[in-house]
Amino acid sequence: MTTTTTTTAGGVKVVKPTVRSFIHDYWGRVRGGDLGSLPAILGLIVLGLIFGIARETFFSPLNFANLFNQGAQVVFIAMGLIFVLLLGEIDLSAGFASGVCGAVVAILLTNHGWQWYTAIPVALITGVVIGFILGFLVAKVGIPSFVVTLAAFLGFQGLLLVLLGGGTNISTRDSVFNAINNNNLSVTWSWILAVASVLGYAAVQFNRVRGRAKRGLVTDPMGIVLVRIGALGVLIIAATAVLTQERAVNPAINSLKGVPIIVPIIAFFLILWTFVLGRTAYGRHVYAVGGNTEAARRAGIPVDRIRISVFVIGSFMAAIGGIVAVSRASSVDPNTGGSNILLYSVGAAVIGGTSLFGGKGKIINAVIGGAVIAVIDNGMGLLGFSAGQKYIFTGAILLIAASVDALARRRAAATGNR
Amino acid sequence: MAATPLLELSGINKGFGAVQVLHDVGLSVYPGEVTALVGDNGAGKSTLVKCISGIYTIDSGTITYDGNQVAIHGPRDASALGIEVVYQDLALCDNLDIVQNMFLGREKKRGIVLDEPTMEQMAGDTLASLSVRTVKSLRQLVASLSGGQRQTVAIAKAVLWNSKVVILDEPTAALGVAQTAQVLELVRRLADNGLGVVLISHNMNDVFAVSDRIAALYLGRMAAQVKTTDVTHSQVVELITGGRSGNLGLPPEKPADFGGDVVDITPGGEK
Repeated sequence: MTTTTTTTAGGVKVVKPTVRSFIHDYWGRVRGGDLGSLPAILGLIVLGLIFGIARETFFSPLNFANLFNQGAQVVFIAMGLIFVLLLGEIDLSAGFASGVCGAVVAILLTNHGWQWYTAIPVALITGVVIGFILGFLVAKVGIPSFVVTLAAFLGFQGLLLVLLGGGTNISTRDSVFNAINNNNLSVTWSWILAVASVLGYAAVQFNRVRGRAKRGLVTDPMGIVLVRIGALGVLIIAATAVLTQERAVNPAINSLKGVPIIVPIIAFFLILWTFVLGRTAYGRHVYAVGGNTEAARRAGIPVDRIRISVFVIGSFMAAIGGIVAVSRASSVDPNTGGSNILLYSVGAAVIGGTSLFGGKGKIINAVIGGAVIAVIDNGMGLLGFSAGQKYIFTGAILLIAASVDALARRRAAATGNR
Repeated sequence: MAATPLLELSGINKGFGAVQVLHDVGLSVYPGEVTALVGDNGAGKSTLVKCISGIYTIDSGTITYDGNQVAIHGPRDASALGIEVVYQDLALCDNLDIVQNMFLGREKKRGIVLDEPTMEQMAGDTLASLSVRTVKSLRQLVASLSGGQRQTVAIAKAVLWNSKVVILDEPTAALGVAQTAQVLELVRRLADNGLGVVLISHNMNDVFAVSDRIAALYLGRMAAQVKTTDVTHSQVVELITGGRSGNLGLPPEKPADFGGDVVDITPGGEK
C-alpha cells in the first residue's frame, strides 16, 4: 500500500488517506473505544435475523411499515434527549411532557373544534415552554437535572390526569391529524422522495469533497465516499421497494401501500438536527459544553443559555413525539407518554451510541437505537412473549449498551483516546 | 533589542478583602523577548496574570499597552488588545478536534453554516508558522494527543488571533523531558516571531533555557526584574525564597512591612 503524504495549505504534513488507510484508521478508532453506532447496527442485524427466522411475518411489508409507526414516538423523544445527554444532563420528564403536549392537541381538536394546523403549533409551544422552565431551573437555579425532571415527571403525570378530567379518554377525529402516523404516501411520491434523498445525499458528499479539494485540504478517499452513497442508496431503494408493495390483507377493500408519512417526518428532523449539531456554531458549542464546561466558559460560550436551549429542544421533540403518539392511537389517555416510553427513549439514545457521560452522540443514534427497541418490542410480540418478558429483555439490552459505553470509555482512556 | 516595552504594569495593587496580595507590582514585557515570571507558591504570580487577562480587576495601578494606558475590565478586553493567556489546565475540549478547539467560541461562519475549510486552513497556517509538524491530522481529537501536543494546540490557539502578548502559565509542569524541550522551543519561536511572551515557571532550567529577562515576585512584591544573562541560578533562587540577593531585590525586611499578611496571602489566588 502506498501512503502519499501531502502538505496542506499551511505546510503541516499530513498523510493523505487511501481507502485502505481510511478503513485502518476507522478500525483503530473502534478498537480505541470510539464505537459509535456500530454495536447497535450489529445488534439490529442479529435481532432481525433471529426474529425473521423464527417468524416469517416479521419480514412482511406490513410488519416492516408498522415498525416505523410504532417506533416514531420513541425516536422523536430520543432525538431531543440526545441534546440533553450531550451536556451530561438527563430529562426524566420527556415521556409525560409528550403526553401533556399530546393531550393539549387532542383537547383543542376534539373539545374546542380547532383545526390541526392551529392545534399542533400550540402543542409545540407548550413543549417549548416546558423545556424553558426545566432548563431555567437547571441552569439558573442550579438544581441537578435529575431532581428537576424527576419532579416534573410526577408533575406532568398529574397534569395529564387533570387535563383529561381524571382519566377519560379523548378521541381525535381530524382526518389530517390522524393521517400523520397512520397513512402512507402514494407510490409515486414514495419513489420521488426516495430518489431525491439519495441524490441529495450524493450531492452533499461530492460538494464537500470538491470544496475541500479546491482549498488543498485532505479529503476522504473517493472510494469511501462512493461506498457511503451506494450503501445509503441500496438501503433506501430496497426499503422503498418493500414499502410500496401491497400489504393489505384484503386489497380490494382497503389498499395499503406506500411509505408511511411518518418516515419523511423522521427524516426531516434527522437532517435538521444533524445539520444543527454538525454544521452550526450552536451545535459546536453544545459539544464543547458537554466535553469541558470550563473550557467552553473561558472561550466565551454562554454556558447557561446552551444548557437551557437543550432542554427546550428536548421538550420540543417530546411534543412532536406526543403528537405522533396521539395521531397513531387517534386518542389520548392518561398513559400516553407514560409506562415505558421515557425509558425506551433514553434506551434508544444510549443503545444507538450516545454517551450518558456527555459530549458524545449524534442524532442518527436516536433512529438506530429506536429501531433496535422497536424491533425487540415488535419481534418479541410476534413470538408471543408476554409484556413482562419484553421488559426484561429490553432492560438487559439497555444494560449491555450502557456497559459498552462505560467500557469503551475506559478503553479510550487507556489508549489515550479519552 | 527592543527599547520600549509592549506591555508595562506599574504600581499594581490587588487585595481580596483584608488580604493584600499584590503590592505596587511593576512588570515590563518586551516584544521579541521571553520574560520569565518566577516566585514561590503564593507569591502572587497567578493573581498578577489574572489581573492582566481581566479575570480580576486591579485596585490601583496603571497598565500601559503599546504606549497607551488601557483599562482591562474583562477577558474580552484583554483578547481585544491582543493579550492571550494559556492556562495551566489548558482549557481544551477532549471531544473536539484540533481545529474545533482552536476556534472554539470564535468560529468562522458563512451565513449560519460553519466555514470548516477556512478554519482548517487557518489552523494549518498557524501550526505551520510555529513549525509544528508533529500532528497526524488537524482533524484528530484532542483526546488522542500527547501532553506536549495539547500544550502546542493550546499555544497555537492563543497565537491564532494575531495576539501580541502571550502569557503561559506553567506550560511544562506536566510534561516529560522530550516534550518539555519541544514546548520550550515553541516558546522561543513565539518570541522570535516578535511576540511578547510571559513564561510562568517553577523550573529554573526552563527559565534559564529560554528567557531573556526574569521577574521575581516575593510575597506580592516585585523583588527584581533582571536580564537573564546578568544573574546566576542561585541568585534567582535567593530572590524567589528571600526576596533579595546581594544588592538585588527588596530592601532588608522590616517586620512592620509584612505584619500578619505573611501567613495567608492568596485566598484562592493560586491553584
